[in-house]
Amino acid sequence: MQTCYDVIIVGAGSVGVPTALALGKQDLKTLVIDMRPSPGQGENKHAIGGIRATHSDPAKIIAGQRSLEIFSTWQQVHGDDIEWQKGGYAFPVYRNQEADLLKSHLPVQKSFNLNIDFVDAQSMQQILPGINSGGLMGGTFSPDDGSASPLLAINAFYRKACEAGVTFRFNEKVTKLNCSNAKINGVMTNKGNFYSAPVVIDVAGAGSNELTQAVGCDELVISEAHEAGITEPVAPFCPTMVVDLRSVAGSKNYYFYQNKHGQVVFCITPDPPVIGQLYDETSTFLPQICARMVNLMPRLQNIRVRRVWRGLYPMTADGSPLVGWNTQVEGLLHAIGMCGQGYMLGPGLGEILARMILKTNNKDDQIVLESFSLERDLSCRVEAFK
Amino acid sequence: MGYNRITEHPILSIPERETVSFTWNNVTMTGYAGEMISSTLIANGIQVFGHHPKDKSPQGIYCANGQCSQCLVIADGLPVKACMTPLKSGMQIQSADGLPALPLLKAANGFEQVPIENTQVLIIGGGPAGLAAAVELGRLNVPTLLVDDKDRLGGKLVLQTHKFFGSQADSYAGTRGYEIGDILAGQLSGFFSVRVWLEATAVGVFADRVIGVVTKDSYRLIRPNKVLVATGAREKMLAFPGNTLPGVYGAGAFQTLVNRDLIKSSKRILIVGGGNVGLIAGYHALQADMQVAALIEALPEPGGYKVHADKLKRMGVPILTRHTVVAAHGSDHLEAVTVARLDDNWNIIKGSEKTYEVDTLLIAVGLAQVDEFYYKAKQFGIDVFTAGDAQEIAEASAAMFTGRMAGHRIAQSLGLDVGEMPEDWQAKAKILKSRPGVPVQRELPRQQEGIVPVFHCYQEVPCNPCTTVCPQKAIFTKNNTLTGLPYRQSDEACNGCLNCVAVCPGLAITLIDYRKDKDLATVTLPYEVGRAAVEKGQQIGVMDVDGTLLGNYEVVNIRKKKKYPQTLLVQVRMEKQIAPKAVGIRVQLQACEPAEIYTKAPLPDEAIICRCERITAGQIREAIRSGVRDMNQLKALNRAGMGSCGSKTCRPMIWRIFQEEKIDLGQVTDRVDRPLFVEVPMGYFAGVKKG
Repeated sequence: MQTCYDVIIVGAGSVGVPTALALGKQDLKTLVIDMRPSPGQGENKHAIGGIRATHSDPAKIIAGQRSLEIFSTWQQVHGDDIEWQKGGYAFPVYRNQEADLLKSHLPVQKSFNLNIDFVDAQSMQQILPGINSGGLMGGTFSPDDGSASPLLAINAFYRKACEAGVTFRFNEKVTKLNCSNAKINGVMTNKGNFYSAPVVIDVAGAGSNELTQAVGCDELVISEAHEAGITEPVAPFCPTMVVDLRSVAGSKNYYFYQNKHGQVVFCITPDPPVIGQLYDETSTFLPQICARMVNLMPRLQNIRVRRVWRGLYPMTADGSPLVGWNTQVEGLLHAIGMCGQGYMLGPGLGEILARMILKTNNKDDQIVLESFSLERDLSCRVEAFK
Repeated sequence: MGYNRITEHPILSIPERETVSFTWNNVTMTGYAGEMISSTLIANGIQVFGHHPKDKSPQGIYCANGQCSQCLVIADGLPVKACMTPLKSGMQIQSADGLPALPLLKAANGFEQVPIENTQVLIIGGGPAGLAAAVELGRLNVPTLLVDDKDRLGGKLVLQTHKFFGSQADSYAGTRGYEIGDILAGQLSGFFSVRVWLEATAVGVFADRVIGVVTKDSYRLIRPNKVLVATGAREKMLAFPGNTLPGVYGAGAFQTLVNRDLIKSSKRILIVGGGNVGLIAGYHALQADMQVAALIEALPEPGGYKVHADKLKRMGVPILTRHTVVAAHGSDHLEAVTVARLDDNWNIIKGSEKTYEVDTLLIAVGLAQVDEFYYKAKQFGIDVFTAGDAQEIAEASAAMFTGRMAGHRIAQSLGLDVGEMPEDWQAKAKILKSRPGVPVQRELPRQQEGIVPVFHCYQEVPCNPCTTVCPQKAIFTKNNTLTGLPYRQSDEACNGCLNCVAVCPGLAITLIDYRKDKDLATVTLPYEVGRAAVEKGQQIGVMDVDGTLLGNYEVVNIRKKKKYPQTLLVQVRMEKQIAPKAVGIRVQLQACEPAEIYTKAPLPDEAIICRCERITAGQIREAIRSGVRDMNQLKALNRAGMGSCGSKTCRPMIWRIFQEEKIDLGQVTDRVDRPLFVEVPMGYFAGVKKG
């Protein structure tokens, strides 16, 4: 068994697998280790599948744009169907506060040539047929955003990464990051294996804290539990991702769209947040989100819910990912705290990570890395978060 | 109303019901108000309820139990499970072809908070186990809520027209299943501490120790102190090409159509599986005037009670052991089934294929526990108990007993002073759950004078009602155990009352009267199949225990016992020498000969494993061969197990393919189970105000 690699990636998830693909393409000998039995069995499979570039932070816009390009052209380039749908994102609004917030993001979004506009109520009704029109003020719509199946996408990235020569070890847990003179040289696993590499990438998502603690670093990620669900398939009526930003008692925003099979996939942000690595479904979720969804789109009352699940948003104090070299341990690269956007940012970030290792970063990468820097001041906001 | 109705039945009475009109794909038809749409449609000759959106293959009734979603139709604009939706007057029903459209609706009138209520005990399932537990808890005055998804209590007891085994004291032996259901439900109505919700489906167990229940018009949350999972079992499926054709379904589904809904769903059936479920289904088919082409069994002997198998054989149903299904054929509905012999290595013997023209193939290859509620409740730290088939697959008589035991245990766990469980309960439960013994030879009585009961009971099963009904106390079982074979005390002790002949659930006791004639004996044979109603003076074929014709004899008399009115006691006069061999009356005169059609053998890779998503054995095998060892990845790649039913049917078949591929099962990761266990409209969760 080969034990010597150029790069070891800890985590075969939303960021890890696309990163492995990007490294494999550069002919770097890459090993991916995951404690779970197959790709995407952490939070990736809990994602509902939305992909957008229309963020408000330039760093997310840049990473998101590249990811969107990879997802949306995957079938043309590689042949396999990952159920990409260019359904767009719609943020319908019923109150001034949400309208103002969304409008305030438009200048930045437009400066990146993103296809997004604030549309009136009538247009919103055309975009979302059957939406509750009472008090509807319109909202933003970005037709170039969309969705793809997280389950198929990660397996497609995985297959390509294997073809590019990447090695994957599943059901194996990294128990120790090996360092010598504050420089990383490999990892130990629970199977008693030692794998050496000068570079280790921590893309362990919600499991990252365990790793970083082991080398004496702070816990950087706070896991928030969110619940999601999926319905039976029905005839297509809403391929658009609908995001309702309103906060009400018990929950903040929620969002849903209809996937390529015709199933509606939905998720909500509980308020106050539920902190912890909790995967158990609660009885609160369905009554809470269904009342809001049926209120927004009355026709949904007849669609039948098939399954629910709970996954984690690996949060950071300020809601932005942490991407960069560890300042205490040389050779340890983090890309964690994706705040629930690992799936839609992963492919773009993976390429940036590969360029960091090859030291070929471009100007756009610098914008991303500055914004996502581990050295940014998080402390005051951590307090606020608590 | 439809023409495929049972209008006469030897056991069941045909109720008066209200006839209503409805439309099916815009054609007006009639059915009975309140009966399940699936039964209405089959009564009207409609077997194909729609076509699968993925491969356009036909779909129809499959589980008849609200679990699988194969019977989807569009009723008044909404997709519903035909087997769980009652027919209403004026209903407009359409076949489900392609994906259903979601109609536009006006804004809701408002939303109501989903009610949450507490109870000491929640019982999920009102079958034999749940009912027995509820009776026990009711007796102890424990606040109990019993929920059941059907509109009538009894669970699968409702489908059982045969007399029960077991003992009279503990499990109503000798009484017919559906009557037992009514008896238990009647007992329950006398207890004020027990509430029953019918048409109430438990759909999920949640981490906050709450169970979600969908009733007819709302969603409710129940927070119980203790939960009893008495959810019974579901039928296992076989993988063979054509296995999704309408007309291929479980024996339990068949019994639902025939015995509960009184539908003459088939003309001619073939049964796979010689366990009690398959054997009894064959008997039920004959009672409902359908032909049984054959019953096939992969093992060298049928696994069910010998008395059940003997009953079928002597009615003229061939039992083909060491046989399996090769394929089911038909364009839109089952038309024929090819079976073949198996060699000692379980491979099909080339050239042994036979094809039977049948319209129904009943799969009775075993039951699987419905245990998802139990495991979820355990996971979330709920104090949970099981009883009946959900605990261990066995007979309904055992389920009643384990239900009663669970009721006692729950009361104990609540700190009630109910005393210790009687010592013999455990032993009794074990006996009721015991597998049948090895059939033995026993000598026929040589006595040729007086009155002689003959016990054609050759296998130890938990059953003894013959010992309790004898007014002379002249019948005993070996060592006085429930499973022991019955014997007569002495040559004299019998007054010819015929109670034992009438009560025997296996129809395995006859009575010979040698007194009336020098050369001839009068033999009383039990008979409960309506076909070709037996009349005095008629010549009938009398069969021995294995179904060999002994000869044709004249019916001299027909009697009935008041307590067992559905079992005719047919008396024939025959030669003294062969009288002890007589056991039954031939029902099927002509055997159904195999046909010479459908010679092309399809590849087993075509067999559908995941019905919901129409994933074939070939696709699953391909994924396994590409290295997949995680059922969750398998699901991600090809959606196997991602459908409506939640992998209830395909999961064991997927495990089997891993085995066939010689994969070490220790290396395979099982799928993660999530609520909901059945699909529920969003409006229920939302608490949409009515009106």
